[in-house]
Amino acid sequence: MIMSNFWSIWISVLTIVVIVGCFILLKLVNNNYTGVEEGKSMGHEFDGIEELNNPLPKWWAYMFYLTIVFGVIYLALYPGLGNYKGLFGWTSSNQSIGTELGLKADSAAALEAAKAENRLSQYDREVAHADEKYGPIFAAYLATPLEELVKDEEALKVGGRLFLQNCAQCHGSDARGSKGFPNLTDDDWLYGGDLATIKTTLMNGRNGMMPPKGGLPIEDSEIKGLAEYVIKLSGGEHDEALAAQGQGSFMKGCFACHGMDAKGNKFMGAPNLTDNVWLYGGSRGYIEESIINGRAGVMPAWKDILGEEKVHVIAAYVYSLSNK
Amino acid sequence: MMNHSQSTGADYNYTIVRQFALTTVLWGIVGMAVGVLIAAQLIWPQLNFETPWLTFSRLRPLHTNAVIFAFGTSALFATSYYVVQRTCQIRLFAPKLAAFTFWGWQAVIIAAAITLPMGFTQGKEYAELEWPIDIAITVIWVCYAIVFFGTIAKRTTSHIYVANWFFGAFIITVAVLHIVNSMAVPVSLFKSYSLYSGAVDAMVQWWYGHNAVGFLLTAGFLGMMYYFVPKQAGRPVYSYRLSIVHFWALIALYIWAGPHHLHYTALPDWTQSLGMVMSLILFAPSWGGMINGIMTLSGAWHKLRTDPVLRFLVVSLSFYGMSTFEGPMMAIKTVNALSHYTDWTVGHVHSGALGWVAMVSIGSLYHLVPVLFNQGRMYSTSLVNVHFWLATIGTVLYIVSMWISGVMQGLMWRAVNSDGTLTYSFVESLEASYPFYFVRFLGGCFFLTGMLIMAYNVLRTVKAPKDSLPALAEA
Repeated sequence: MIMSNFWSIWISVLTIVVIVGCFILLKLVNNNYTGVEEGKSMGHEFDGIEELNNPLPKWWAYMFYLTIVFGVIYLALYPGLGNYKGLFGWTSSNQSIGTELGLKADSAAALEAAKAENRLSQYDREVAHADEKYGPIFAAYLATPLEELVKDEEALKVGGRLFLQNCAQCHGSDARGSKGFPNLTDDDWLYGGDLATIKTTLMNGRNGMMPPKGGLPIEDSEIKGLAEYVIKLSGGEHDEALAAQGQGSFMKGCFACHGMDAKGNKFMGAPNLTDNVWLYGGSRGYIEESIINGRAGVMPAWKDILGEEKVHVIAAYVYSLSNK
Repeated sequence: MMNHSQSTGADYNYTIVRQFALTTVLWGIVGMAVGVLIAAQLIWPQLNFETPWLTFSRLRPLHTNAVIFAFGTSALFATSYYVVQRTCQIRLFAPKLAAFTFWGWQAVIIAAAITLPMGFTQGKEYAELEWPIDIAITVIWVCYAIVFFGTIAKRTTSHIYVANWFFGAFIITVAVLHIVNSMAVPVSLFKSYSLYSGAVDAMVQWWYGHNAVGFLLTAGFLGMMYYFVPKQAGRPVYSYRLSIVHFWALIALYIWAGPHHLHYTALPDWTQSLGMVMSLILFAPSWGGMINGIMTLSGAWHKLRTDPVLRFLVVSLSFYGMSTFEGPMMAIKTVNALSHYTDWTVGHVHSGALGWVAMVSIGSLYHLVPVLFNQGRMYSTSLVNVHFWLATIGTVLYIVSMWISGVMQGLMWRAVNSDGTLTYSFVESLEASYPFYFVRFLGGCFFLTGMLIMAYNVLRTVKAPKDSLPALAEA
């Protein structure tokens, strides 16, 4: 961000006045202009308290001077006085130069422009350093097919750490998930549990898309029956008559995604309703809630956040969780 | 010394001082008790009893507001009203307005104690209170300024004593900070939105936040120190010239230091550098106050052996010196990269809040209470001594545990493996912090116990028959 010249001058002048002012104050008071001999009382008395005219401790005055000198040098080298860029041309990011030149802040063009103007961005330098140091490790992992990577103990450890840093927030440190976030340690997969599919899920993310009432002409009065039928499908205790009614509702179109056998459809991520695994809870109440409001879980796409190299290693780790 | 205080005390307005002195003890206990509870919640989360208004998120602002604005500010009201009268040799200006500041301030405290647990908040640290309370604070604060500066204007002494410079700077600046930071657009009686947005909002908030520390918790309490240290020690202030330099440099520099709370954020680079530079230059002026206080004791060191009140004051100056050294160090960007967002910050705040603010207030109150209630000394000097040790041990336990856990967290968060992945997850660093959370809780218990002993001692002093507690002969 570039501020207007007025504000730049305003802040610079104020800064200099304060720092130079401190210097002059210190210098003046360091000499005894009080007219009172050093070590003697100033001659004021307040409720029995007198004040002595002792000199400033030397070490303290020098320390004060030293911090002022440091401040002046620092403000000469680094940005600090309004729009003045500092002798080092240091910036934390290349955002400023991007804005100045009308370029996208993190674009390659902004980076080149920053380099050309000797405006080294600390962020760019640190990323370049990390890429140089760690890039080859992950490039080698990416070159290894997933089928082999899952046998590489070291790679799985790396994947586990990446998982803890990036995935555990939703799926849990133990990867067992929680309501709305799938358990990754069991054998039940919404979109498929083979290596390639896991990687695809990680790379591009997934958007759950169960519309309210499946987007079907289902009456509110049918919800209880439907829930009962879903419970019957997964082998729970149920009311036979109500479930039969629900089966009728199911045939209005639920089968389109969940399948005629209700075993789900991995192509669409439609869950299997006949097992006893519940992403959003398996009680009557939760099932009714899922039917009435639909569900739209979101798994973000990680290819732009972590890059394919790291996703590749995490995919191997996630696979290993349920394939010991 | 205390006899001397009594002999000239006849004509001053002590009612307001007594009221604020006693509420200081009360609110100190309340604020610190809430602090101990939330410290315990960090170890045993079930202590929120699944009750919304007992959760950490609501009680934490209650704790900070109670100790800063109920305990600390009551102590400042009490001592500033006392000191300004005695050093100007005149009764307090506008006594009715002064009484209004007392009742008004208590009303604000009660309003805070009700609305914060209910979840009404502006979401600004140390400025959580919603807009109607903010307006009430402004009105009371302006009245405070009128009373204080009115008394200065009427003074019968030729000069204005250094303690009043600090009290005056604190009163003016806190008014400015409070008004600017609290600017908001109300949408209902209990909800408002800040007038600022984004990085500007953050900067205004920390301009306020750091100067609440600088002017309320530092300048205000330095004013307290400049009266009670020389008074209790019976010694003249060490250096008038040092007072001048460190006062003007302190108030000129502190106001710039806020951006060091926002290092490595969306704040522009120049603002961050400037905040760091000013914070570093601030180091010497901060220490000026410590030097002037401690050197005032030269020739009176032997009194530390017998006078626990003086011990409170001297130890508070030591903690002040320590935290004002630590502060500029933590403002250096490279150090901040390690310390920020860790418990180190929490420890730093408490070395100031417990070690400096609370200790200097407690010491001053132990000087003040006998004078206000016409006694020569506190009911029990040995209980003052017990309080001193409980407070000191409590503070040390608190600071040391937070140093260790803070540095440990900082190191764990930045540790990377040979492949560039982070070595520890956040939860692992949390798990490693638990033992230190327990020590911190223990430190808080020590400090709170000391406050309860103080309350008992103060109560016995207040209730003691007239002149039944004569001053002890000097050792």
